[in-house]
Amino acid sequence: MRTRRSVPVVAGAAGIALLAAACGTSGADTGGEAAASGDGEGGDVTLTVATFNEFGYEELIEEYMDANPGVTVEHKKAATSNEARDNMNTRLAAGSGLADIEAIEVDWLPELMQYSDKFVDLADPAVEGRWLDWKVEQATTPDGALIGYGTDIGPVSVCYRSDLFAAAGLPTDRAEVAALLEGDWDTYFEVGRQFAASSDVPWFDSAQATYQGMINQVANAYEESDGTPIPLAENAEVKDLYDQVVAAGVDDGLSAHLEQWSEDWVNAFQNDGFATMLCPGWMLGVIEGNAAGVEGWDIADVYPGGGGNWGGSFLTVPAQGEHPEEAKALAQWLTAPEQQLKAFEAKGTFPSQVEALESEELRGQTNEFFNDAPVGEILANRAEAVEVTPFKGPNYFAIHQTVSDAITRADVGSDDAASSWEKALAAFDELGLG
Amino acid sequence: MATTAPARRLPAPPPADPGPRAPRATLRQRLARWDVRLSPYLYVAPFFLVFAVAGLFPIVYTAYVSVHDWHLIGGQGEFVGLQNFVDVLQQPRFRTALRNTFSIFLLSSVPQVAMAIALAAVLDANLRAKTFWRMGVLLPYVVAPVAVSLIFSKMFADQSGLINALLAGVGVEPIRWHSDVLASHVAIASMVNFRWTGYNTLIALAAMQAVPRELYEAAVIDGAGRLRQFFSITVPMLRPTIIFIVITSTIGGLQIFDEPRMFDQMGLGGADRQWMTLTMYLYELGWGAQKSFGRASAVAWLLFLIIVLIGLVNFALTRRIASSGGKGGQR
Repeated sequence: MRTRRSVPVVAGAAGIALLAAACGTSGADTGGEAAASGDGEGGDVTLTVATFNEFGYEELIEEYMDANPGVTVEHKKAATSNEARDNMNTRLAAGSGLADIEAIEVDWLPELMQYSDKFVDLADPAVEGRWLDWKVEQATTPDGALIGYGTDIGPVSVCYRSDLFAAAGLPTDRAEVAALLEGDWDTYFEVGRQFAASSDVPWFDSAQATYQGMINQVANAYEESDGTPIPLAENAEVKDLYDQVVAAGVDDGLSAHLEQWSEDWVNAFQNDGFATMLCPGWMLGVIEGNAAGVEGWDIADVYPGGGGNWGGSFLTVPAQGEHPEEAKALAQWLTAPEQQLKAFEAKGTFPSQVEALESEELRGQTNEFFNDAPVGEILANRAEAVEVTPFKGPNYFAIHQTVSDAITRADVGSDDAASSWEKALAAFDELGLG
Repeated sequence: MATTAPARRLPAPPPADPGPRAPRATLRQRLARWDVRLSPYLYVAPFFLVFAVAGLFPIVYTAYVSVHDWHLIGGQGEFVGLQNFVDVLQQPRFRTALRNTFSIFLLSSVPQVAMAIALAAVLDANLRAKTFWRMGVLLPYVVAPVAVSLIFSKMFADQSGLINALLAGVGVEPIRWHSDVLASHVAIASMVNFRWTGYNTLIALAAMQAVPRELYEAAVIDGAGRLRQFFSITVPMLRPTIIFIVITSTIGGLQIFDEPRMFDQMGLGGADRQWMTLTMYLYELGWGAQKSFGRASAVAWLLFLIIVLIGLVNFALTRRIASSGGKGGQR
């Protein structure tokens, strides 16, 4: 009896010991990992690279490891940029756990700029003049530190359905379409009205997406260059764009009233949902995927109001890493023109390097789905046409969201233009930036 | 205390024991006494340790964060007292989120509990292939919520969705699931119901099977019909289980996040925040535009208080309903 009774004591104690062991093991694991990446065998270095979606780095990393026997590179890919962003923010705040090289989207830069001391300054004579000026500018802090090496960019052009154009009596050849659309946004909407007069198909997919294209051309959309937010109620330029896009999209019915990325938007590619859309380089793959089996997509070398850039990424080296020098070297290599061209071939990420943009290899690229359009040349032209680098301060996205929501509300018809704008002003006040 | 008490009392027994064996018995005895006193606590200790680490500490720390300026990346700022709570309560979006949460919660929990009990009653009857049917109701629960949301958001697409296509078949105008407030709530509630009804059904079923069969036999002899048996015997006997189901579905319902977040691609709860729930609002405050952990923590605490409050109301209500039913049964 007594011995049996004493078993529970042991069991209870064992339970606690197990618990302690569980905590202990996990601690030991991370320690082990750190040690391994520190100096595995004879001073070898393990670098981690964290990216999202498709950067096209798989083969490049193999190549780098072959060329640098002392370096092992581990590639961690997040499925979506949102996932990568949450991970980034959380671990940046925690002060540990980030990869040696973290890919970031251009959109995160304004926030990260505030904490530029958490990143290694990557400025280096070796990379001077490598990128388009505005690309470098985006990742340069006010005091001149470069926190990210540019990877791809998103020069925007207009994609259109030539079959629907033909049915509505508009020209179909991409040079003629480019000539037709040459001009500002008024021209784009005006041609849309012509199109709408003889077709039932909406002119563009989404008012919000069109607005996104327009706002990307405004130098100080929501904030002064010193970062002071412009009160939305006094922001005549934004209100003007809002009125313009809502008038064209809703009042004139040019919009298909779809939210980008929504189920209906994806399906609309299959059933003649709309005739044109603004397409950054990375959107070509999206269109091809959604519109599989649909004939007639083409791309015109034109963009309302000149040039525009939509999206693009950078590689950063967080200061919390253990091997900043090695990481910097790898990031430099990955974003060099030769490597970026290979990434473009692999996954279509459009390069931001001057040399790559001028290369015959890129200029010669055609896309079968878009009626064999010379996409390399078109997008390179579009990239060169970009004149304005929008200033995006820490509050850019918060404010942008309020206006985007307002446009979506008006576009999908859950609210009228005036009251939707009032709600945007209320949401702006909620941000407490005043 | 526990260790010294037996030690002091120990010197008494040895004289009773035969000489040489005394020391060994003392050790065993001591162990036995400790065992009786300590081992129950050791048994429950792992739970409390885990709870302290994973439950209590976060709650307390959240309270600490909620009275500070606290930026997502920047970290801790100044102590601001209750300012975060005031800010949050003054934001119209908080009220929108509260409205949405309650609307979705009621649209999901009420039908869910009713359906679960009704289904359980059906499964409790003498069916062929009982296990098959019983497993069947649990099947949706096995599907990950995100997968459910993906499938349902295809079905509930405004223009190209299955549901609207079916409605068009019977001549009903397409419903704008993603822009109308109530429609979006119904769509989200249907996902929740799809997933959780079966789970609650099985719990109710387990409780039903514990109801003594004699009661039903007696009722049959008294001439009670099936419905009468259900309301006068089954429901009152299920009282503790119903309370359990109601409280767990309240907690789940008020914390709902996955389904509404996956309802569209943006995950913000719609352009007008038509279906933004409190937890989504919390997420938006912390990780979205405002990046304020202070405010997000304030919302977390408000949500905690709301859940406690609703839990108490629920408890009182279900007690009353169930006990009045019980009286009916006694009559």
